[in-house]
Amino acid sequence: MNNLRKFTDKIKPAFEKGGKLGFLHSTFEAFESFLFVPDTVTKRGTHVKDSVDLKRVMTVVMIALVPCILFGMWNIGYQHNLAVNGNMGFWAIVWYGFLKILPLYLVSYIVGLGIEFTSAQIKGHEVNEGYLVSGMIIPLIIPVTTPLWMLAIAVAFAVIIGKEVFGGTGMNIWNPALLARAFLFFAYPSHMSGDKIWTAGAAGVDGFTGATPLSQTSDGLSSLLSNYSVSDMFFGFIPGSVGETSKLAIILGAIFLIYTGVGSWKIMLSCIAGALSVGFIGNLCAPSEMSALAIPAYYQLLMGGFAFGAVFMATDPVSAAQTETGKWIYGFLIGALAIIIRLFNPGYPEGMMLAILLMNTAAPLIDYYVVNSNIKRRLQRAKTV
Amino acid sequence: MLEHIRLKRGLNIPITGEALCKVSKRVVPTLIALKPTDFRGVTPKLLVKEGDSVIPGTPIFADKKHPEIVFCSPCKGSVSEIVRGDKRKLLAITIKPNNDAQVQSYDIPKLETSDRQEVIDILLKHGLWPCIKQRPYGIIADPGVTPKSIFVSCMNTAPLAANLEFSLQNNFENLQAGVNVLSKLTKGGIHFSLDADNFAGTDFHKLTGVIYHSFYGPHPAGNVGVQINHISPINKGETVWTIDLFLLVAIGNLFRTGTYDMSRTVAVAGPAAVNPSYVKCLPGTSMSDLSEYFGSDKDVRVISGDILTGETIGKEGFLGFYNNLITVLPEGNYYEMFGWVKPFRLNKFSFSHSYFSWLMPKKKYNMDTNTNGGERAFVVSDVYSKVLPMDIYPVYLFKAILAENIERMEELGIYEVIEEDVALCEFVCPSKIDIQSIVSKGIDIMLKEME
Repeated sequence: MNNLRKFTDKIKPAFEKGGKLGFLHSTFEAFESFLFVPDTVTKRGTHVKDSVDLKRVMTVVMIALVPCILFGMWNIGYQHNLAVNGNMGFWAIVWYGFLKILPLYLVSYIVGLGIEFTSAQIKGHEVNEGYLVSGMIIPLIIPVTTPLWMLAIAVAFAVIIGKEVFGGTGMNIWNPALLARAFLFFAYPSHMSGDKIWTAGAAGVDGFTGATPLSQTSDGLSSLLSNYSVSDMFFGFIPGSVGETSKLAIILGAIFLIYTGVGSWKIMLSCIAGALSVGFIGNLCAPSEMSALAIPAYYQLLMGGFAFGAVFMATDPVSAAQTETGKWIYGFLIGALAIIIRLFNPGYPEGMMLAILLMNTAAPLIDYYVVNSNIKRRLQRAKTV
Repeated sequence: MLEHIRLKRGLNIPITGEALCKVSKRVVPTLIALKPTDFRGVTPKLLVKEGDSVIPGTPIFADKKHPEIVFCSPCKGSVSEIVRGDKRKLLAITIKPNNDAQVQSYDIPKLETSDRQEVIDILLKHGLWPCIKQRPYGIIADPGVTPKSIFVSCMNTAPLAANLEFSLQNNFENLQAGVNVLSKLTKGGIHFSLDADNFAGTDFHKLTGVIYHSFYGPHPAGNVGVQINHISPINKGETVWTIDLFLLVAIGNLFRTGTYDMSRTVAVAGPAAVNPSYVKCLPGTSMSDLSEYFGSDKDVRVISGDILTGETIGKEGFLGFYNNLITVLPEGNYYEMFGWVKPFRLNKFSFSHSYFSWLMPKKKYNMDTNTNGGERAFVVSDVYSKVLPMDIYPVYLFKAILAENIERMEELGIYEVIEEDVALCEFVCPSKIDIQSIVSKGIDIMLKEME
């Protein structure tokens, strides 16, 4: 450790202002603060500071994502094995999934962090940790068959248009990872929908249908249940985006986020409440058992990207509502909107994505009204005295 | 009837080095300084020159805008140096004390027969007016204004704060006399806030002529600003006054005995303090008279005040006018490899649950001045309200200040906070934003607007 520190101290002057490599100052700073907690001390204001920093917060989210990644890797291999009627062993399945997911991560991080470092360099800022999480989420919410060049363009769009033009992490309006997903969906719809895209290495298999549970809801409950059981959907033995299939893995992540206080339980809970309310209303209005409206409300929580979105995307502290009252409203409306979209456009898998992006847009408005009620209270108080 | 107010939000910072309840030294000062920089918004006008002899209560400088507000020497001696900084800014006036025991006593008229203006004139003339501060803004009170009411906090929840019960023992008569003085200044009542856990054993709840409240909860429950917010929040156009308990003692003492006696019992505390305990000294006491408490280590920070709001004064600096606490901290100028990613770091404290310190509520920590991370934009913005027990949306207020939007600042509660009330927000901020500086800027903007 000491040797590494000595080496860092030795090369540091070259990266300072006026040094030979001074133009790489932000990059150097990012790597140095990655290796070492910096030796900076408080100058004004509080003399001591809490041990938490954004790196720690982001690390917590990344740990929470690990169960989803591991399960997703296994499930890629498992679905492939089913599709080709193979007889791969456990490790062969995991290895297959690993080989499929690795390029997605490489592209996501190389493109995303490349842009982050460049823009920090241009602005002379420190590199922000935000993309470490976004880059980890993006491969989890896309079909595993997404071509890498499309992913690269989507990531670039999300980071540049979604984040850097607003001033970087903390200033963005929309969740960057979802923006990448939305870009893919609207730019390359043919690669983002259909039954074949969810399973790796299945394109040429005769007679294969890899329909997700969500896409089968249009034919009613019996059709859905003929293919997938509730426990399949809960544990995640179903086709779908890499990270979204296992609700168990998502719940593990959610518990960790709530325990550490990094993810808002209010948003998660109100999201579920919103989804269930609309789902129940749908059940009541269902014209027949064959209708999509008749799918029991709690199924909605198990299908598609709902759970993953509610836990990892809706709770993004930057793009979510920031007032406590606002969070209840924001979460409830996300859940409600996502299911409304699903019910009236049966099987439409993008409901959750659009609901979150829409509510990201509306979050400042919700907060505005919550804060205004505080202002009114203050004015009222002045009048009554 | 005692009104109990229970606050849930806040944080007691578990730092080591609490002062033992004993007076370990009575400082015989070798140098005393008056620092105009202790007083927000005061432009000093010098009233003495080098070599002048002074006694306790001799005016040393006055405020240019309010020449009637004077700041007095706390000791007998001679002016030794006028210290100036850039653009001849007056930084300090140092006084070389000659420590003879002779007590100078002034002729003070009887309080019972004096009217409000006479009481104000006495306080102004004898240099005790600066003890009284006003809200909004936390500046010295304007003698021309009649406040809605006066607030005094009898509990000190700041980290390592001086124990008021101990440091003010045997001062009951001075306190009662001080209360009697305050009652001449306002018709709106004098509000005393007691520590709900522990007031029965203290003298503070036996005073007559005050309205009692009691507060229960973690820091900042003891901050007078938070207490005002829960008792009778400040609206636009209103003014209330506040005074620290140990300064009220000095006012009471002047009216009782006619002496200008600013001596106080000051806690010396903190992880790097040697023999943390109490000392008796004057405001402006040089830290070189207390060097045995700071140890020989060079990387030590001496702070006049607490770790949240105090001012770095160094081993040669001087105790501030409004402080009864000296905190000694180790500097945190070291690197820690992969510090942020280490899972346990059991010796680090955090309000957030991403560390394990919240599972060990009894443990105290050797904290230092490391920032524990670099500055970022606002990201985790719901953490502030967890340590600010007021009906205020902190992030929105801070952003209104950054945007210099005065109307919005008013609407969001700039009149109700000063720096010390949001200090905990700054402590817990994962983005390491200087929130007290933001609020300070907001107050400066408002003060400028008033001129």
